[in-house]
Amino acid sequence: MTRMNKLLLTTYLCLLPAISPGQGLNSAQLLKPLGDDWPTYSGDYTGRRYSGLAQINQSNVKNLTLAWASRVTAGAGNTGGGGRGGGRFGGGGAPVIIGGEGTADAGAGGFGGGTNIRASILEVDGILYFSTPDNAWAVDARDGHELWHYFWKTKGGTHIGNRGLGMWGNWLYMETPDDYLVCLDARTGKEKWHTEIADFNEQYFSTMAPIVVGNHILVGTGDDLDAPGFLQARDPETGALQWKFYTVPMKAGDPGLETWANLDAARHGGGQVWVPGSYDPETHLYITGTGNPTPAYTSQARGEGDNLFTCALVAINVDTGKMAWYYQTSPHDTHDWDSAQTPVLVDAEFGGKMRKLVLTAARNGYYFTVDRLTGEHLVTGKFSDTANWAKGLNAKGQPVRDPAKDFDIAGAMVSPPNGGVTNWPPPSFDPETGLFYVPSSDAYAMYYLTETDPRGAMGLGGKEEAGVGSLGTYLTAIDYKTGKIAWRHKYPGTGGFGGGNGMLTTAGKLLFAGDQGGNLVAYDPANGKILWHTHLGQVSNAPETYMLDGHQYVLAAAGDTLYAFTLY
Amino acid sequence: MRITGILLAIVVASAQVPPAQTPPGTAGGRGAQGGRGGGRGPGGAYPQRAPGDAAAVDRGRASFGVNCAFCHGSDARGGEGGPNLIRSQLVLNDQNGELITPVVQNGRPDAGMPKLALSNAQVADIAAFIHSFRVAGYDPARERPVSILVGDAKAGEAYFNAKCASCHSVTGDLKGIGAKFQDPKTLQQSWLMPGGGRGGFGAAAPVNVPPVTVTVTPPTGPKAEGRLGRIDDFVVTLTEADGTPRTFRRDGDVPKVEIHDPLEPHRRLLPTYTDKDIHNLTAYLVTVK
Repeated sequence: MTRMNKLLLTTYLCLLPAISPGQGLNSAQLLKPLGDDWPTYSGDYTGRRYSGLAQINQSNVKNLTLAWASRVTAGAGNTGGGGRGGGRFGGGGAPVIIGGEGTADAGAGGFGGGTNIRASILEVDGILYFSTPDNAWAVDARDGHELWHYFWKTKGGTHIGNRGLGMWGNWLYMETPDDYLVCLDARTGKEKWHTEIADFNEQYFSTMAPIVVGNHILVGTGDDLDAPGFLQARDPETGALQWKFYTVPMKAGDPGLETWANLDAARHGGGQVWVPGSYDPETHLYITGTGNPTPAYTSQARGEGDNLFTCALVAINVDTGKMAWYYQTSPHDTHDWDSAQTPVLVDAEFGGKMRKLVLTAARNGYYFTVDRLTGEHLVTGKFSDTANWAKGLNAKGQPVRDPAKDFDIAGAMVSPPNGGVTNWPPPSFDPETGLFYVPSSDAYAMYYLTETDPRGAMGLGGKEEAGVGSLGTYLTAIDYKTGKIAWRHKYPGTGGFGGGNGMLTTAGKLLFAGDQGGNLVAYDPANGKILWHTHLGQVSNAPETYMLDGHQYVLAAAGDTLYAFTLY
Repeated sequence: MRITGILLAIVVASAQVPPAQTPPGTAGGRGAQGGRGGGRGPGGAYPQRAPGDAAAVDRGRASFGVNCAFCHGSDARGGEGGPNLIRSQLVLNDQNGELITPVVQNGRPDAGMPKLALSNAQVADIAAFIHSFRVAGYDPARERPVSILVGDAKAGEAYFNAKCASCHSVTGDLKGIGAKFQDPKTLQQSWLMPGGGRGGFGAAAPVNVPPVTVTVTPPTGPKAEGRLGRIDDFVVTLTEADGTPRTFRRDGDVPKVEIHDPLEPHRRLLPTYTDKDIHNLTAYLVTVK
């Protein structure tokens, strides 16, 4: 053992007492509305990302100040401590616990390079738990010092992001890009088990934050090579499979098969479940969005039909794994516009009576209000000035695709580009304003057909996309009753692309979001008026909030660093 | 229907061309586009198989051609009734024919596949051949150069005179523009948004575009003018003509900020184009030599 390692061991031992034994997370706590903790992906099951905390509010937000910042280093190479500063910049790294079935250290790499925290961060009993692809950390929610770091050596797989961890008792669950579900001891970061959740050879990759419902760990995966999408439930103790729900027909007689050219097309039809859904405890329905059909662009092999149940809201009974209803938000998608946005469950007045609703703003530029008990369509709105791929709405309120805007050998000008009007960044709903908040982008790209084989391409192949220009990037507030834009804040500049990576609203009458300029901003949710800001660099996840020792904190990640703000 | 028409034409044409495939070792290995499903992003997310024994691949190709190609296509990507084998779950998990052999030897009567009297060794060769294809959505080897020049140059000229001539002239600023671009696609992207658009993938063409400038007028004191650096709701930076950098704090409408974007007319036109306008204008501009 080198001196340095001895030193680190000593450091580690000194830190041990600081790790709270914790009572763990009782899954009944997840049924409560968002309060002091942040125990699941969206804070609570509704997906509203609306916190009842109001210590930080419109009257005092101008005094919001940095409590601590903590930088983490992904990969096995984090030796902790040295050079990473102490004091306010975290307490230095903890030793790395290494697991994994592969040999590769993707390290700080990944889509976009660098350590980029896109995850929702769990806060339970004063400890924060979060992840990037192959990495999980626990840090102290009071001062940001690192308690443990778990690193997974990978076989490969698309390292595009990791949406966070799930928690059940003292156990944490993480998906890996090479398709394992890993169970970690929240107290130590040590691995309890890992289990394969999808076939790496079929080019699946797994990014979703596992969602814990009762004794089910719900996990989804991604894939860009013509493989079927599915959601599965796993046993929290053992990882054993409880049920698996395919989003596309897998055998003769399965519902939706008539919307595909044939069974082979359906079985390769995609519809991945890669973004966490929401849960309605009353009906036991887990409601999630599904991804694009495949082949994504050259769709002729899929037939002319709607390609169910891709690009849809689907409601799945968590006890049985059976679908109760669906509503397809993008029939026969041809632009890789996943409808994989976290749906938002709201009990609110509609048409003169209280209704149980689900709200979603899809990547294709259309917003929907749907009855979450039945899947009945109520409202469609368009939240993009530029989206030009649809000819109008059909009787079910679904946009009707214009095939001329699929692509063209000479180029078809399409809005939105592949990234969509919005994407995975979580929206928020404020019950006081009745508004739904979502980042949006109005831009155009040319789509050129490059696959001239009449059978089409596989996966995402067959087209070349070249950006043309942006007409604006916005924070958009939508009225769920009408689907119309209530107000929009346009980020300054000459267009540009990108914007916030998600929203938070609070009972303090505040709306927090990252902006295009790298600021964390507090807005008035009624009208978009700016009340507070600080510059962090690109805010890479959705802001969150928690209450600890009598202080409310606002938490956001920017790349490799967590920032916690509070009032003194 | 338009697409179907194009595809039908290609079906006919493709009868004469060799299968669009590439064995490993040429472009079949991991490319720069090996990331998201063989798409973009960091390379090597899904390692391609190591090249198989060349003799086995050759024997397998011959055997496949005789026994399998009619239904599954000569490149295994699907044919008369038989599915694409490259993306088949069973094939993706097969190593040396051990999963493929029982299917070939027993057939799949329910799916219309006959049994074939092939030995284990013969199926292993066929497997080596199937495994020689790149498994990815993006396969540069499959991309064939196609002309994007489908428009009507005359109609494009009329469009130019109506919509573009108030700012541009083919004998002035755009003189010889058609000769400056080897690839019409690059020319098309460049006239749509000189300097390259954002909000999608794709490379920008190198053309000279005047910079975005900004005028900042504080409540008191002189106004400042220059090249726009960055702007958000809280700060605006600019560089004055003499190189002096300036930074202004922003609070709502104070100070007054006016952005002068030379590409604003191009941006305003985006929602007004039809694809036909675009193709016609490109067809015209390539003739401006």
